[in-house]
Amino acid sequence: MVAPADAHVIALDVAHWFATASHWSGPDGIPARLGEHLVLSAEAMGVAGVLALPLALTLGHLQRAEVLAGSVSNVGRAMPSFAILVLAAQFRPIGLGDTAALVALVALAIPPLVTNTYVGVRSVDPEVREAAVAMGLSGWQLLWQVELPLALPLMLAGIRTSTVQVIATTTLAAEVSAGGLGRYIVDGIAESDYTKVWAGAILVAVLALVAEVVLGRVQALAVPGRGQALALPGGGDRPGGSGPTSATGTEPVPADR
Amino acid sequence: MTASGPDSLVWWGWVGGHGGLILQRLEEHLSLTFEAVLIGAVLSAPLTLLARNRPRLQPWLIGFTGTLYTIPSLALFALLGPLTGFTTRTTSEIALVSYTLLILLRNFLAGLSEVPAEVVDAATAMGYPPLRRLWEVEVPLALPGVVAGLRIATVTTIGLVTIAALFGQGGLGALILDGLNRDFHTPVVVGSALSVALAVVADVALLGVERTLTPWSRRRMPT
Repeated sequence: MVAPADAHVIALDVAHWFATASHWSGPDGIPARLGEHLVLSAEAMGVAGVLALPLALTLGHLQRAEVLAGSVSNVGRAMPSFAILVLAAQFRPIGLGDTAALVALVALAIPPLVTNTYVGVRSVDPEVREAAVAMGLSGWQLLWQVELPLALPLMLAGIRTSTVQVIATTTLAAEVSAGGLGRYIVDGIAESDYTKVWAGAILVAVLALVAEVVLGRVQALAVPGRGQALALPGGGDRPGGSGPTSATGTEPVPADR
Repeated sequence: MTASGPDSLVWWGWVGGHGGLILQRLEEHLSLTFEAVLIGAVLSAPLTLLARNRPRLQPWLIGFTGTLYTIPSLALFALLGPLTGFTTRTTSEIALVSYTLLILLRNFLAGLSEVPAEVVDAATAMGYPPLRRLWEVEVPLALPGVVAGLRIATVTTIGLVTIAALFGQGGLGALILDGLNRDFHTPVVVGSALSVALAVVADVALLGVERTLTPWSRRRMPT
């Protein structure tokens, strides 16, 4: 479609694009698109967290539904994000746009949250649990004061995986007419404006990398001194683990043994 | 099924009439996936040895492949477009291969690290030259990690190949895209379902390969 071009020429065009004042204001400006991107991602993470975390904590605490928790992550890995987005947009009451994107993003965000939280609670040392019960802690106190804090490193790893994945996939949501930074790429391709495509791609790549680094820091801060060591879920490279999924690009939970 | 028509979730009449097209998309999907994982494995093997023999390079190699892995796929395809052409197979393969590198490198390294040091020492003491020791002793013992890496890379790539359709590479994503453009459910559902099915079949098949090649690890690794 387009002939391979000279990288220097493209770089100059892109620098010029970023230096153009009109690209920094209005509904198609960088602040507006970045805002849409972040709001959509945050909404998806919020809904997914409310749905997934209490469920996974409860199931882990009750030590139930191991197969379910494992298959959620398997399905999550096999399901292409592009397919989920388009499928969500196929439902008449949803249609194209931000709602379809939100539904799909929530569906994509849930598996790493469920798996990591569940595995985190389940991997609490049974002796610690017994000691807590022997000390007279109620089931609720056990979950809240013992299991949750011990599961926190894994939970945070899952939240990080999910979030980076959601931010990445929000880009793709432009294909189903949602807003966000992906608009530059999708619209640019449609308009054969390849400078815009490249500028959009750079913005998206930088956002994903920044999110990855920032969340890594948050994870390390929240679990001082042991974030790295404990954030290793067992066997993330096999089904039931929480390794790299079929997402559009996420640093996997450091999972490989 | 007789009630199925153009507006139902799956219009079986369309599926029946487009068997050839669906099969073609499936073949394209498989071919894109296979090529990406194969090239990824060929590139990852020397990277793995480099990372193992030069431990100081390891964080850099993981960091570089991790950075590639973090870039959202649509952006990576788009970044490559002006350089290698938006709709060329080369562009799609470069992007797809990029995503396999981190997965393969990590798992290959993990596989090698599970080879007992005594076994390596024994092979050295028996006079195995380094390359022969690698090929005849270390690689076979590292197979669980190697095959596990190939499994994840394959399943991940099968999902990502759907995006290559946006850049003219066909595959099951082309069915999904066609349905999206025409507001027609059937190809979307068929493309999505086949993509998931392909990922599951590939996962199970490679698990079978892993178990066949490494019968000794069966008890250690319930999956």
